[in-house]
Amino acid sequence: MIADVLTIAWKDLREVLLQSGTLRRSLRGLLFSFLVFGVFLPLQIGPDLVRQPVAILPFAWVPLLLASGMVADGIAGERERHTLETLLASRLSDRAILIGKVVAAITYGWGFMVISAILGLIVVNVANPGHGLLLYTPTAVVLLGLFGLLGAGLVATGGSLVALRSPTVRQAAQNMNLAIFAVVLIPVLLLQVLPVDVRRQVGTTLTSLDWPTIAIGLGIVLVLADLLLLAAALARFQRTKLILE
Amino acid sequence: MTDCAIRTDGLTREFGALRAVDAMSLEVPTGAIFGFLGPNGSGKTTTIRLLLGLLEPTRGTASVLGHDTRTEAGAIRERSGALLEHSGLYERMTAEDNLEFYGRVWHIPPAERRQRVHELLTGLGLWDRRREIVGQWSRGMKQKLAVARTLLHRPDLVFLDEPTAGLDPIAAAALRDDLTALARQEGVTVFLTTHNLAEAEKLCDRVAVIRSGHLVAVGRPDELRARARRDRMEVTGRGLDARIAGLVAADPAVETADVSDGRLTLRLRDGHDTSPIVALLVREGVAVDEVRKGGADLEEAFLALVGTES
Repeated sequence: MIADVLTIAWKDLREVLLQSGTLRRSLRGLLFSFLVFGVFLPLQIGPDLVRQPVAILPFAWVPLLLASGMVADGIAGERERHTLETLLASRLSDRAILIGKVVAAITYGWGFMVISAILGLIVVNVANPGHGLLLYTPTAVVLLGLFGLLGAGLVATGGSLVALRSPTVRQAAQNMNLAIFAVVLIPVLLLQVLPVDVRRQVGTTLTSLDWPTIAIGLGIVLVLADLLLLAAALARFQRTKLILE
Repeated sequence: MTDCAIRTDGLTREFGALRAVDAMSLEVPTGAIFGFLGPNGSGKTTTIRLLLGLLEPTRGTASVLGHDTRTEAGAIRERSGALLEHSGLYERMTAEDNLEFYGRVWHIPPAERRQRVHELLTGLGLWDRRREIVGQWSRGMKQKLAVARTLLHRPDLVFLDEPTAGLDPIAAAALRDDLTALARQEGVTVFLTTHNLAEAEKLCDRVAVIRSGHLVAVGRPDELRARARRDRMEVTGRGLDARIAGLVAADPAVETADVSDGRLTLRLRDGHDTSPIVALLVREGVAVDEVRKGGADLEEAFLALVGTES
């Protein structure tokens, strides 16, 4: 089972990373993401990138955006390009195929987030030579690594459910992006329309919160959500149903 | 190994009111190249899906390589290869990576995998192009690669769903030659669907004809040809019209008689002498140019069989 999961993940990653023929050409396609998250934002934030744990939050967008695209391509794309039926006619179990695709999406999103964060660190050090060696705090590393992973998992498992219901990659990607923007932007926009004194009160409350406890609680919620969505996707991913769609 | 690679008993699959496969009972001998013939929409692809356990039958049973399709579909897919309606190739990957992936899927050890990929691609004349992106290839080359993928893990049984569909005649002939050579060399049972009768005649040891989900005939191609030859008679000449067809239809040897484009087509009953029919035509003033009994190829046998059911 593990070998089969890794085989599917190997194929999905190879297909996406080498889709232009070589890794160099594919990386050129990802250059925009690296420039935004690995160069532009670190330059804007400056040394605070490593001093304020909250400053690393923009990196959390990387797995959200990349994992959603990857899982849309891996599931709806297989159907659209007529490769799914051949895959279903192979010896692989339904479970191995789906989990392999989720693993590929998580690896892709999380991997590029880590690369962007490392690139950002290099950029901040090069751009701010007078501050000595700037490094992320252990808390920031743990938060970014763990929550990036769980966030990528949430997008990959939830995205697989969306992709299973979408006839094309484009539709799957649109639906997922809408969902991500809704989840992330609606609370921010709501906060903006609140009266100033209410906003100030929210800010005060947030700063007085017990963040380690909240982080642990949020982590547990994300783990449960990941598992729940994965179970729902596994229940939906059955070849006898997929073959009829 | 069992004598029959595939055995179905009353296999039926319904989609709502549509019965795509209708009480099919069929046996495919081990090692045979078995042609499954039928017009578009006759149930060929649904049958393959049922045999691979990708669909569950509504009624009836099927056993493939000794495994029940309902309960042991995984074991069937483990020992089978399938080239379905679409080639199923990853067009953004190279030919070598496509085979590498499926080699991993079937847990072929790395050294053996490399050797097998070399053997198959060399045999199909694709070795020098193994590092090219498949999406840039012609359809004929893609089909060849898909055949290589299907045979990669040395399956006991392969399903080929219209493997030469959409190919030009030269590419189709080349693929047919490759298929025959590989199937014989590997000793694999082949279940081939097609509506290309010439293809079935060249490739297959046995054929079955399906129409509207219903099995019409099973046998060797020469048996089906002989059956059509016995059952059909065509007359061409001047003076053939509906009146003549009506007169001929009254003859005890004739089951049906139709005239179209100056050609009288008769379906005959078994064991009757047909010479009185010719005499009758001459008596009625028909200037007979040619009388031909039965068809000379599988295509006419197929048309006769399919027509029987319509």
